[in-house]
Amino acid sequence: MSQPLLSVNQLTMRFGGLTAVDAVSFDVHRNHITAVIGPNGAGKTTAFNCITGFYKPTDGQIVLRHKDDNEFKLEEMEDFRISQHAKVARTFQNIRLFGGMTVLENLMIAQHNHLMKASAYTIGGIFNTPSYQRAQEAAKQKALAWMDRVGITDRADDPAAALPYGAQRKLEIARAMCTDPVLLCLDEPAAGLNPKESEELNALLRSIRDTNDVGILLIEHDMSVVMEISDHIIVLDYGRKISDGTATEVRNDPAVIKAYLGVVEE
Amino acid sequence: MNYFIQQLINGLTLGSIYGLIAIGYTMVYGIIGMINFAHGDVFMVGAFVSLITVIIFGITGTTNIALGIGALILVAAISMIIAGVYGWTIERLAYRPLRGSFRLAPLITAIGVSIFLQNFVQATQGARVKPLNAIISGGFTILEGNDFVVRITYMQILIVVLTFLLMSGFTYLISKTSLGRAQRACEQDMKMAMLLGIDVNTTISTTFIIGAALASVAGLMYLLYYGVIDFYIGFSAGIKAFTAAVLGGVGSLPGAMLGGLVIGLIEVFFAAYFSSEYKDVAAFSMLIVVLIFMPQGLLGRPEIEKV
Repeated sequence: MSQPLLSVNQLTMRFGGLTAVDAVSFDVHRNHITAVIGPNGAGKTTAFNCITGFYKPTDGQIVLRHKDDNEFKLEEMEDFRISQHAKVARTFQNIRLFGGMTVLENLMIAQHNHLMKASAYTIGGIFNTPSYQRAQEAAKQKALAWMDRVGITDRADDPAAALPYGAQRKLEIARAMCTDPVLLCLDEPAAGLNPKESEELNALLRSIRDTNDVGILLIEHDMSVVMEISDHIIVLDYGRKISDGTATEVRNDPAVIKAYLGVVEE
Repeated sequence: MNYFIQQLINGLTLGSIYGLIAIGYTMVYGIIGMINFAHGDVFMVGAFVSLITVIIFGITGTTNIALGIGALILVAAISMIIAGVYGWTIERLAYRPLRGSFRLAPLITAIGVSIFLQNFVQATQGARVKPLNAIISGGFTILEGNDFVVRITYMQILIVVLTFLLMSGFTYLISKTSLGRAQRACEQDMKMAMLLGIDVNTTISTTFIIGAALASVAGLMYLLYYGVIDFYIGFSAGIKAFTAAVLGGVGSLPGAMLGGLVIGLIEVFFAAYFSSEYKDVAAFSMLIVVLIFMPQGLLGRPEIEKV
């Protein structure tokens, strides 16, 4: 297999005396869906926050490789540059859209850096230069394409907060994808979705994996989602990695059954 | 009736100046949730920079309107740039280190910065009142009754037109450009904006620069309109503009413009019909009334608790 997209090596995060993530290592590959699962408090979200720059890890390395072999040491990068340069995008367990702005604007903001350059850092934007207009139009087309793909085109001009819950989830994924990420991190994307919406989500994630050349890393509690779409599963418990493999391997791992799946009837 | 119309014109002119300052308050509050009490003094610095520029270029007493306006645009540009540098520096040195600290901390520094700017200008420019001869004089009579003549000066027209242009440009900036979108995004959820690759610190700095630049134009207008400035004008004008921002609804840009106009009108009418000695009382009582009975202001949204 080729070089992994993301290599997490001995990642450790302590909050005072509490070790939330303890020397966890794993890889995420391009065009793969990698799921991180584990019981509550296992350190999944903390690990996520370290990767996306929300927290600075106490110890360990997080290396992201682009196709051109550029390497980014995420644990050393300033927060907003992780999205800007390393191209990591994420969504949240509790949805964090810009509720007062329209759906279209939410998707345009994700293309901010590109548009800022095109508008010569706003000066071109004020005078509405042709190059800025073109960039703005292109950004709009891209936003429309994503709206179309997640099926919310008819709501383009509504405030994001007015969308139903399931649509907000999709919009969040679309917004993350508008930043042109190489790694898409999803924190419980299926939380609160009904079975039908869950199905649609699975289809969307598969299509992103297959057509968009990104690696997807997700945290999920919904086992039907995890087992169905993941190419690779990492199991955490009390901050440690206890298992790592395909859905079948993890399902039959005694350590996992003991820690976690044992309580779910199978 | 004619007297009333004259006061209306005067009030709108004054209100334009307050509106321009109020935008700075409301924008900064919107994005980082603090009242920048040094903003009035940035306005004062803008007035002084304008005065110095006018003196350096020696442009007073022209009767050629085109030349006068051209010269004023140059003065405005210089004073906007210098005030912008002040705005950026204040944010960088006094507020950014305190970001993420408790809420009162930047408020207290803001008062410190305000006192610093006043004393800095007093020490370097002297405490005396600085007069300036009218740059653009003249005007025309629009109504001639038997008891009172309504006049509108070129200066007043210039102030209102310039304010209108600046505000339209600014509204366009906020609603249509990428920077404006980023500012609104930071307003709603700074962390999330950061995760989408928006450089939040730069966006906040830009907000301060824009606010300071608008305030400096207001300073220039104040200088031209009243013809005298001193190091202390930032205090009362600042608080009135703050009142305007609160009245319009803090965080709302159209609100700031509207609030500015209302406060300008209240002040002028109070001075005209009751007492010009106590005109400040009218504006400040307004602040108290609004805070007690209508804290969300005219166009403000009810406070939404951020998660």
